[in-house]
Amino acid sequence: MKLTKIALFLSTVAIAGAASARDQIQIAGSSTVLPYSAIVAEVFGENSDFPTPVVESGGSSAGLKKFCEGVGENTIDIANSSRKIKSSEVEVCAEAGVTDIIEVRIGYDGIVFASDIDGHAFEFTTQDWHKALAAEVLVDGALVENPYTNWNEINPDFPDQPIAAFIPGTKHGTREVFEEKVLLVGCEADGTMAALIEAATGDDDAKHDAAEAACMKVRTDGVSVDIDGDYTETLASITSDKNGIGVFGLAFYENNTDKLQVAPMEGVIPSTETISTGDYAVSRPLYFYIKKQHIGSIPGLKEFAQFFMAAEVAGPDGPLAAYGLVSDPEIEATQAAIADEVTM
Amino acid sequence: MTHSSLFASDKRTASRNRAEKRFRAYGIIAISVGLAMLAVLIFTIIRSGSSAFQQSFVSFEVMISQEEVDNAEKALLKTGVYQKIITANFEKAVTNAGIVTELSPKDQGKILSKRVASQLREFVLSDNFKADEPIAFQFLANSSIDGYLKGRVSREGLENNKNVSVEQLNFSDKLVEAGLLKKSFNIEFITGSDASENSPEAAGFGSAILGSFAMMIVVVALSLPIGVAASIYLEEFAPKNRLTDIIEVNISNLAAVPSIVYGILGLALFLNYLGPISANDWIRNNSPFVGGLVLALMTLPRIVIPTRAALKAVPPSIRDAALGIGASKMQTVFHHVLPLAMPGILTGTIIGLAQALGESAPLLLIGLVGFIGGEIPANVDQFFGGPNTVMPAQIYQWASRADPAFYERAWGGIIILLVFLISMNAIAIVLRRRFERRW
Repeated sequence: MKLTKIALFLSTVAIAGAASARDQIQIAGSSTVLPYSAIVAEVFGENSDFPTPVVESGGSSAGLKKFCEGVGENTIDIANSSRKIKSSEVEVCAEAGVTDIIEVRIGYDGIVFASDIDGHAFEFTTQDWHKALAAEVLVDGALVENPYTNWNEINPDFPDQPIAAFIPGTKHGTREVFEEKVLLVGCEADGTMAALIEAATGDDDAKHDAAEAACMKVRTDGVSVDIDGDYTETLASITSDKNGIGVFGLAFYENNTDKLQVAPMEGVIPSTETISTGDYAVSRPLYFYIKKQHIGSIPGLKEFAQFFMAAEVAGPDGPLAAYGLVSDPEIEATQAAIADEVTM
Repeated sequence: MTHSSLFASDKRTASRNRAEKRFRAYGIIAISVGLAMLAVLIFTIIRSGSSAFQQSFVSFEVMISQEEVDNAEKALLKTGVYQKIITANFEKAVTNAGIVTELSPKDQGKILSKRVASQLREFVLSDNFKADEPIAFQFLANSSIDGYLKGRVSREGLENNKNVSVEQLNFSDKLVEAGLLKKSFNIEFITGSDASENSPEAAGFGSAILGSFAMMIVVVALSLPIGVAASIYLEEFAPKNRLTDIIEVNISNLAAVPSIVYGILGLALFLNYLGPISANDWIRNNSPFVGGLVLALMTLPRIVIPTRAALKAVPPSIRDAALGIGASKMQTVFHHVLPLAMPGILTGTIIGLAQALGESAPLLLIGLVGFIGGEIPANVDQFFGGPNTVMPAQIYQWASRADPAFYERAWGGIIILLVFLISMNAIAIVLRRRFERRW
């Protein structure tokens, strides 16, 4: 009898527990946005009566997937993303009942190419990167599988150093920006795009799409390594392979200037200034997405978003800019959109 | 036929003896290599991590008027206003100490942690605060200055560094001379909670320790009774047939399943299925309670196996004697077999728990990794069901952040985790030594 009672008690404790509504905001997504989100979460906790929100990492796609799982206390309230939400993701969201999404652009982040501080200095153009990393390149007017293994084959001015690139894996939003703003641009500039359109079949639109996809295809022969973790992993790869060149966020580079040297792109050195003026082209907006249906049921959700985008926080003199965010010049429009809960 | 002396060994014996000597030498080499690796490991951990227990503090007096407080509390970013108050007071203290510097007051203030404003605000909002009276404060210095004092940051390569300048390093040298800036033991590292990249110097391991503690309570409460009950039934009561054979094989298999599999199981079973239908609010993302459930599943087979071994090791004569004088089967088990097997059971359990304590892979999937441990849990609900991280997850998280100051804290966290693991294993050894009976 005694044993039975103990067993019953234990199972009751395990199943029932105490009931209380969730009172922290839950955020998940991009590891690029994570530090910004964590900074705001911390400062929000210090400055308001609401508990400190919880920020999980995992990548933009993983975060948006979680975001689109449904509405309710068991789902997250905010998804961080280093790219815009895709229409396919909006559809998945809608199917699960997440119909009202507020999009917030928090600012811009540069994508920089950096190598070991003691290694060779580089000055890249987008064509160089396309030539170095694309799966198919143009050699003497013919499309062939990428034959290059050394940087001086790409550009005679480069040192004789093996190509070893560490780029973000496909679950990262940074990867897409790298593909679109570097590989695709380089592909168009060096004429490979035209050749690929030539080679594709179907109508004009299909040809164009196929060529774009082929442009952004990264070679898979080991010259380029996908990093699925954070930038720390990229940094570790470069530290162990001194020939390596990695793709980083500007903020990460700025916090590790003692280990990394940055390469100018198209002659422009990445910095908050060159990114905000638009001179440094390889940048992308950072976003977070709010589940409007949770405003009201999760305490502090709207206040958090408003706090995040307040001029004191996300503005040029705020803590986010101090960490490396390039402030959005149109921040006031974003503030108004949050105040009015404008959905997508 | 040759006759050999007993004293002079023949060729064959000599060769056999040599073989044995060689084998012994291999053994010694193997042990020394193992010990050397252990020494390297411990040396690396202590060298990289011990600095996390020390932190640089700047001490000076702050005087603040009620008007300033009222103004600050009206602002949206209250800590920003307090930061300015501190900067102004800091400049006064610097001037009073007779330190000459070219740095602007704002740049002087930048050597302080960004956490100091909330430290001041907390004090101002407490009952101890009196306006217009000087209050002595010990403020954290920022991570770059702290790194400079610890030798992590050097003067070279600072041109591109936006966090700290050479002038600020010179300035901090003067502060050290004047006795305003010094390193001291940092209890906050053990008791505090996680901090964002804004203020790595303020990050502490306390919330992760509590999270691990909550998780282990759940693991013990679930896996110990279930595991021991299952083992007793299988070992003492269950008939030996095909079914129990299958169960036995499967328990051994489960003990070998990689832990990440339990993470996926936990995500699917507890969060996605049980979460929405259960009334229990502890079952949610980021909660140590769910972490405990997942790890309890993982630990169960690892408790069942040593428990069964311990029960098996109790000689049958004890059971026969008990049954012989008229004890029931259950009395035999609970009065005689179980107490004798207890040391073995506890040892196995503690080792299983130590394994669970150091586990991070399954917890990645149920949301215990990220900026989670930002607050120390305030009550039981928060303790089990509130968002919190656990020690190995916190270490992983720190190791992957951009600021090198977090790296040092990751190693410091490893030291604390190791202290826990070593003490658990030590308890297991003591229990075994104390209570183990041999027959």
